[in-house]
Amino acid sequence: MLKIIEQPRYTCALGVQQTVVAIERAIPILHSGPGCCSKITGIIGQGDGYSGGNSIPCSNISESEVIYGGEEKLRGVINGSFEVMDADLFVVLTGCTADIVGDDVKRVTGEYQEQGKPIVFVETGGFKSNNYVSHEAVVKAIIDQYVEKYADDKSIIKGLVNVFATLPYQDPFWNGNLEEIKRVLEGIGLKVNVLFGPGSGGVSEWLTVPKAQFNIVLSAWAGLGIVKHLEDKYGTPYLHIPYLPVGGTETSKFLRLVGKIGEIDPGITEDFIQSEEKKFYAHIERMADFLLEFKYGLPRKFYSILDASYSIGISKYLLNELGIIPAKQFIIDNTPEEYQALIKEEFRQISEYRSADVFFEINAGAVHEQIRQDNIKNRVLILGSCWESNLAKELKADLLILSVPVTFRLVLDCGYFGYKGGLRIIEDIYDRVLETYR
Amino acid sequence: MSKINLSEPEVETREKRLGSITGFTGTASQLVHCSRNKGLEDIPRSFSQCMGCSSSTALCQLSLIQDAVVINHAPVGCSGDFAKFDFLNIVGQIERNLPKTQGRYFSTNLEEKDTIFGAAEKLEFAIREVYKRVNPRAIFITTSCVSGIIGDDVETVANALTEELKIPVAACFCEGFKSRIWTTGFDSAFHAIVRKIVKPPQKKTNKVNIINFFGSHIFDELLGRLGYQADYIVPYSTVTQLEHISEAAATIQICPTLGTYLGAALEQVYGVPEIKSPPAYGIKGTDNWMRELGRVLHKEEEIEEIIKSEHERVIPKINEYREELKGKSAYLTAGAAHGHAIIALLRELGLEVKGAAIFHHDPLYDNQDPASDALAHAVHTYGDVKNYNVCNKQTFELINILNREKPDLMVARHPGMVIWGAKLGIPTFLMDDEQFGFGYQGVINYAEKILETLDTIEFTKNMAKHSRLPYTKWWLEQNPFMYLGGGYCAKNY
Repeated sequence: MLKIIEQPRYTCALGVQQTVVAIERAIPILHSGPGCCSKITGIIGQGDGYSGGNSIPCSNISESEVIYGGEEKLRGVINGSFEVMDADLFVVLTGCTADIVGDDVKRVTGEYQEQGKPIVFVETGGFKSNNYVSHEAVVKAIIDQYVEKYADDKSIIKGLVNVFATLPYQDPFWNGNLEEIKRVLEGIGLKVNVLFGPGSGGVSEWLTVPKAQFNIVLSAWAGLGIVKHLEDKYGTPYLHIPYLPVGGTETSKFLRLVGKIGEIDPGITEDFIQSEEKKFYAHIERMADFLLEFKYGLPRKFYSILDASYSIGISKYLLNELGIIPAKQFIIDNTPEEYQALIKEEFRQISEYRSADVFFEINAGAVHEQIRQDNIKNRVLILGSCWESNLAKELKADLLILSVPVTFRLVLDCGYFGYKGGLRIIEDIYDRVLETYR
Repeated sequence: MSKINLSEPEVETREKRLGSITGFTGTASQLVHCSRNKGLEDIPRSFSQCMGCSSSTALCQLSLIQDAVVINHAPVGCSGDFAKFDFLNIVGQIERNLPKTQGRYFSTNLEEKDTIFGAAEKLEFAIREVYKRVNPRAIFITTSCVSGIIGDDVETVANALTEELKIPVAACFCEGFKSRIWTTGFDSAFHAIVRKIVKPPQKKTNKVNIINFFGSHIFDELLGRLGYQADYIVPYSTVTQLEHISEAAATIQICPTLGTYLGAALEQVYGVPEIKSPPAYGIKGTDNWMRELGRVLHKEEEIEEIIKSEHERVIPKINEYREELKGKSAYLTAGAAHGHAIIALLRELGLEVKGAAIFHHDPLYDNQDPASDALAHAVHTYGDVKNYNVCNKQTFELINILNREKPDLMVARHPGMVIWGAKLGIPTFLMDDEQFGFGYQGVINYAEKILETLDTIEFTKNMAKHSRLPYTKWWLEQNPFMYLGGGYCAKNY
């Protein structure tokens, strides 16, 4: 079946330029057409940061490189990057044009690697996959071509974990999520490599990846290839949680699981959980008055149009801790078939009392038609992207934007993972509900 | 010589058609001189940063036609700008009280196998599917690097589906690799519109086409006084409206970088006269433009009256602002024609223009009339600009120059540039509404905007204190044009 895409919510393989931008003092070098970078930041790049967006070095492939090859051009850009740009690591990424033309980027980058320069390459021709898939490729490339070479000491440090959670920038709340992940894991006594963002230790933190006692993946499927690779390469075991834990129940469950795998003294874990839950449920208790008494209408059902990790995590939380019932859930991250059963199973047993219907659809535009067919009578909540703005108005639904493109939101360190994320999502949902009466 | 040729599916790039360039350093008058004497040669950079491509500029016009849809024949990544244009769509609809409709943009989602077997069939499927789902008045297909390199015959598909569906299905060729000048995408979009949408005139109307982006409707009053009606195109127009732009009495360009091709095409193909003076920026620039408008619309006397009363109204105020801005300096970065306009405005207000980084240069526009040369006009009217640099959004050059020049103010006409002024502690503003500085009132608007921006000094200084520059110390001490070959007068710094 041919699939066209209306209202895209992810980008092409080259979208991982944002994965590189998210590493402190790492800079991507694009061997691609002139417009690729701005197309990518158009959907998953709020803010240029240290050296994203217009500052990204690029060979801006033109007609002559398409005809005669672009390896010389790429050399010029790499030379210039080392002279002009102040970075700890460069990652060469190819676009569609370079890959179709067949430039030998491995050879060109290899010349610099031989000179001992901190540079890595990955083939990310846009048409080859999407950024969920190529995120794994770029992380693996950094490990194989850089970490492996420059990490002198690969001995295990007990209590050190690498966390691979949602994708930087594809998840608009990656920064806040990583901060909370780091906070709670440190809370039970672990040392945490989050690898991305200002809360990480940058490239030197990457050099400690092989030293981890174990790895954690908080993602339905994207990123699983990374930890499998690390298991093969360094023998590091991993814990796979196929969603983003949100709120009291799921975060505590997550910490107990981590504590068990990490052989942490259960007393430490339980003490931390107890102090966090005490705070968390004090807020829930305080908020329950509003939830039960507000008489002008609150959404009782929700639709989500999200990637798999968010979809499962948020659905579990809204149902089990806020009492909002899942209507149809649409997963729009092009989930590979082999993982769909696992995700369906999570929705089948979403609570003790019910299951939820889940649909996999890459043409998110078509999802709107499916929601309209539901003949909605009561107030609903939509968890989606800026594309749902008109739909929400038409259905008089409340819309909370959790997916790219975010357009109508400005995101700094907001995150929805964990105890803090659970509270934050309550604020954000009911803020939008109350806003309708303003 | 540029001749509009509607029988060709593709419009030639600006490089080929107009001899446009993306690299130059010298003075503005040298650039004008070279442009006139065919002495212009493009200099490639050995190091460069991300630019932009024609596919976005084409979409920028096509995506805002209210009852048309766009199919991007490309991998999914090329559709990354869809949401950005839908946002513009929403904002513009609110400003203009138009019905709130979602922009309908589709990607054919090209994958690896399509690069091997071709994807013309996939495109046909997409067109039929979109037609069934949306029932639009017209379908535009924007091409991509991939569809271009694999050689899909998009024109044949478009023609066949036009027959089948009985609505215009227009191919717009805007492959990113074809041109270093992303404004070529505007030309591609307009070529598609003139070829497939615009109909031959049935009558002459009192409408005047205003080729613009998303700006305010400032021409209503002026044209109304002269007995004409402004018709703002292409964003927020409808297919029916575009069918009749051949019947207008004249065409006004808000920015010839945008509208050069459409203005010339309407004049050459359908005899709609184009106002050829550079757009009305600065007092003298506006006088000049107004007189040309009066001549074309045969309203010379009325125009002289307006000029007189407007001078009386604005000049005393402008003199006050000049006093306030005395001794201030500015640097600007912008697309070509609007950059020239900003030079005029800054000079009109008495600011010292320390230099300009302009994204490309068109030696002449499609009308081939030297009277339209906005840079020549700015130089003749307001004097030379010593450090004039043609640089397509190369922030490493910009940072190096700003760090040397340390102007009091930076003006940018493109997102992505403003932050660099602020990071260096220079108050900076983004101006992407061409109408804002247009005409007599525009000079006052600009003065107010500049004063307001200079007032952000606390914020900018603080920002600079806490910002990191991703450039090496070595680079900041080099000649900013060292990667720009050894071309024409590259020795200014």
